[in-house]
Amino acid sequence: MQRFLRQLSIERNLGWVFILPSLVLVGLLGLPLVALLWRAIGKDFLDNVLSPTALSALKLSLLTSTVSVLIALAAGTPLAYILARWKFHGKTALELLIDLPIVLPPSVAGLALLIAFGRQGVFGVWLNSLGVTLPFTIAAVVLAQTFVSAPLFVRSARVGFAEIDKQLEEAATVEGANEWQVFRFIMAPLSGRALLTGFVLTWTRALGEFGATIMFAGNLEGKTQTMPLAIYLGFERGLGVAIALSVMLIVVSFVLLGVIRRLEHRTQAATHEI
Amino acid sequence: MKKCALIALLIAALLAACETAIISSPIPTTLPKKDAPILDTATLEPRTLTVFAAASLIDAFTEIGHNFEVAHPGVTIMLNFAGSQTLSTQIIQGAAADVFASANHTEMDKVVAVHLIQKDTPKDFLTNKLLVILPKNTPANLQILQDLAQPGLKLVLADATVPAGKYTRQILDNMSKDPAFGPDFTTKVLANVVSNEIDVKLVVAKVQLGEADAGIVYSSDSVAAPDLLTIEIPAAYNVTARYPIAALTNAPQSELALEFIAYVFAADGQAVLKKWGFTPITP
Repeated sequence: MQRFLRQLSIERNLGWVFILPSLVLVGLLGLPLVALLWRAIGKDFLDNVLSPTALSALKLSLLTSTVSVLIALAAGTPLAYILARWKFHGKTALELLIDLPIVLPPSVAGLALLIAFGRQGVFGVWLNSLGVTLPFTIAAVVLAQTFVSAPLFVRSARVGFAEIDKQLEEAATVEGANEWQVFRFIMAPLSGRALLTGFVLTWTRALGEFGATIMFAGNLEGKTQTMPLAIYLGFERGLGVAIALSVMLIVVSFVLLGVIRRLEHRTQAATHEI
Repeated sequence: MKKCALIALLIAALLAACETAIISSPIPTTLPKKDAPILDTATLEPRTLTVFAAASLIDAFTEIGHNFEVAHPGVTIMLNFAGSQTLSTQIIQGAAADVFASANHTEMDKVVAVHLIQKDTPKDFLTNKLLVILPKNTPANLQILQDLAQPGLKLVLADATVPAGKYTRQILDNMSKDPAFGPDFTTKVLANVVSNEIDVKLVVAKVQLGEADAGIVYSSDSVAAPDLLTIEIPAAYNVTARYPIAALTNAPQSELALEFIAYVFAADGQAVLKKWGFTPITP
């Protein structure tokens, strides 16, 4: 008890050492968002939100990001499972490859996609001969979003799978469960929260994708113009539509991050009870 | 442990989200210095001049900036290239720039309207034309301007908010007034557009990569990309793009800004502009 009090007084005296630098960062992160919200408030806000440009961008963004996150879920879950539970040659290299898009500038991703799957791209020429042309299509938007966002899902799911006690898996195998049953009845339920976190992060990231989209899918209102693209081009329209769309993106991201935070708390509480 | 991983993930996601504007967010370029004349540099204060210039000026202004640095020891030129509509917004929202070179009057006038331009500027310093570009091994059978209305053609233009995109739409309207093209020419051509790019250099890039069958850009762009095929647009339909340049009122280096503008109008600057396919305006 005495030690605790002493510690508290030290913390009180030197509190500013922590508070001042923190305020700098909180200000830097918070003030631009506050400014944007401040500017957004006005009688034009609703008109801007309901403008055809904003609505078609919103619709397209919701559709493409949802498809992207579903692809990430369907293909990323098995991949994360393999990476977390199997041992094989070249695993580290594979993990690095999958993490790479998280740190790559999206413009690099867009250029790489164009050079790989463009009409005259390395693999795109084959697709083209089959009658499939990807650039400037809604499929290109989804591919761009999946490229930059799916690695977040794989990462989160991999951590979730890796944290499950190996003994549970061994016990199930001893009882005669096959690989699918182990996954279905043990791994998936126990890593549910990690999967959900990955799902939400991937979705938010896909929703905000700009660089790879403009490179690979281009910009055409109603077809490939997602919210971030409409925001960039909103400059001409006196910023109103751009600000309105930005606020919508912020709100959606805020809500999604809030969902993650709630899940985190719930699990912590559950752990404490045990 | 789990929490740490989650926090790391969140940070990664936020970082990624911050990068969204990376390709078009103009990256200021510092030009390398070489062969600076030997002078008594001790008396020279290092100064940095920030120049905001239209994307179509990338090659010409990079070279002019370098020459200016060589001629003015101690001066560093920071160049910021983007679509003029992006630059005017940045300036109006408070970006610290000394010189603004716009690809049209619309964007310059916006900055003038908020009293951010020094007296006696802006001045037009060059004119530019537009033309049609095609990739070298184009799969489309594109011979004459009328072919731009061919159904199924993949056409890439600059967005209607970008100066080059505004000029392009003016040209299409001019053509539509001629019976040789027909009144629905603009509509048919715009129906072929697969992407409206955020600056004119992206139009060039997508045609160069062979992803689009054709694009409409400045004549100067085709000089910078000699591997492209071109179709000229006759003067009867073409527009004369006039680029104004101005010093800004809140320029941190207002004197140097005027010197730079004078340099663009001087023989050295004009020669570089001509080399990159522009028609310089003699003062």
